[in-house]
Amino acid sequence: MRPLPELTAENTAFWTGGAEGTLMIAFCSDCAHAIHPPQLVCPTCWSEGVEFRSVPGTGTVYTYTVNHQSWMPDMPVPFALAVVELDGAPGVRVTAEVVNADPESVAIGQKMKVGFLNIDDVWFPQWEPAQ
Amino acid sequence: MTLAAAITGVGMSDIGRKTNRPAMLHLAEAARRALDCAGLSRDDIDGISTYPGKADNSPGMSPLGTGEVRGALGLKTRWHSAVPDGPSQMAPIQVAAMAVATGQARHILCFRALTESSSQTATRRASIPGAGRARLGGWYSYLVPAHAMSASNWAGWMAQRYFHEFGMTREHLGLVATGQRAFAQQNPSAVMRTPLTMEEYLGARMISSPLGLFDCDVPIDGACVVIVSAADAAKDCARSPLSIEAMGAALGSQETWDQRSDLTTMGAHDSAADMWKRTDLKPADVDVLGLYDGFSIFVPLWLEAMGFCGHGEAKDFIAEGNIGPGGRFPVNTGGGQLSGGRLHGFGLLHEVCTQLWGQAGARQVDGASVGACGMGGGFIAGSMLLRRD
Ligand SMILES: [Zn+2]
Repeated sequence: MRPLPELTAENTAFWTGGAEGTLMIAFCSDCAHAIHPPQLVCPTCWSEGVEFRSVPGTGTVYTYTVNHQSWMPDMPVPFALAVVELDGAPGVRVTAEVVNADPESVAIGQKMKVGFLNIDDVWFPQWEPAQ
Repeated sequence: MTLAAAITGVGMSDIGRKTNRPAMLHLAEAARRALDCAGLSRDDIDGISTYPGKADNSPGMSPLGTGEVRGALGLKTRWHSAVPDGPSQMAPIQVAAMAVATGQARHILCFRALTESSSQTATRRASIPGAGRARLGGWYSYLVPAHAMSASNWAGWMAQRYFHEFGMTREHLGLVATGQRAFAQQNPSAVMRTPLTMEEYLGARMISSPLGLFDCDVPIDGACVVIVSAADAAKDCARSPLSIEAMGAALGSQETWDQRSDLTTMGAHDSAADMWKRTDLKPADVDVLGLYDGFSIFVPLWLEAMGFCGHGEAKDFIAEGNIGPGGRFPVNTGGGQLSGGRLHGFGLLHEVCTQLWGQAGARQVDGASVGACGMGGGFIAGSMLLRRD
């Protein structure tokens, strides 16, 4: 069974934006800094004016790995895990489970787009090649 | 710039896989050996320090806290501490150094105990954070639900990016793994002592690309104790004190594995740079190194972090034979964690100290008097320079 995040004041918008089909990222409303993982305070200016905005849900693979080891019972392998640099949120990367692609085809520089997997109250972002 | 603190004794239990021996018995054995090494008695110990404290965030990760160890060993202490959030597994040694230097205690027993080999089961594997929990919090919660569950995944990201930028190949990492195995063959305490060829290394199954089975360290059961003493008290011990010449704990990036702006560097780079600011010694003065090798890729990154070569140069530095047996800068001469077993950095420091005391047997580095140790991977990092006068 997939482990799920605990929803908190910091992160609920990130984990539930998928219900509306959008990837939500925290931004500082004072200095515009993009904040990830989301926090209640802007680490740049200490503003408490943190708000979530939708971003395009596209990005570029900064790095990746293909996991071959089954870490839990019934975990299907292999699968690719990328670190994706988000469009529209400078400096922000997300850990990206890659779906709908041959794991061995994932490459640094590849363009990706987000989709969502709903489990309970979480809309879990998953990524696939943009083309 | 030496701190008024020294390492005066080290001890390691008989480590192994699936020992099914309680952690406390490993710990007591390591403590007895460390006291013998230092020429101290139980009643000389007046402080205790550990990482991370009793914790069960993954199976067998840290079965003992300071309270249980104080109780079991009958210690009466003036100072005690457990540090889960400090500069790596080295944190308890760094805070002990500061404690003795400020007069809080004279001789501090620093320990690390693990039963990761005996504790893991099919559903709760070693070093899989949050396994079996209903919901996850903190930085894990952005990685583990994506099935990025293992540090091998996170280290795999770093290795892949490093390969991409600098042209490193699996053969370079294979030199780390086979070189450390060659050292392990000269260390009766190492858990993996059969020869490892490059062919076997390359042929082993992939874990998380580009890291294969022999790029990953070995979960074990065992304990290690390092005794940190005040400089004036250290003079009374059995061996030449190993002065803590400098240490570093700096961290310039977020505490998670995917956000550092350059993932071909680690927290190691911050902590090591800070360490060198506190000493007149240079990398060229170092005789023996203990560099964290939870995964083989950490070794080249630590070499660069510590300034033994430039950024992107570690693959050539390794290929030139600098770090293996007979090299100018021998790394993890006991076999490291890749072949010796994962004592979470303490084993690497134990080996550096053993070398500086000239007790390393067949693998002894002639005349070793300055040692460098770096513990941790990713954002977790502590650096230390030791000197035998
Ligand atoms: Zn701000």
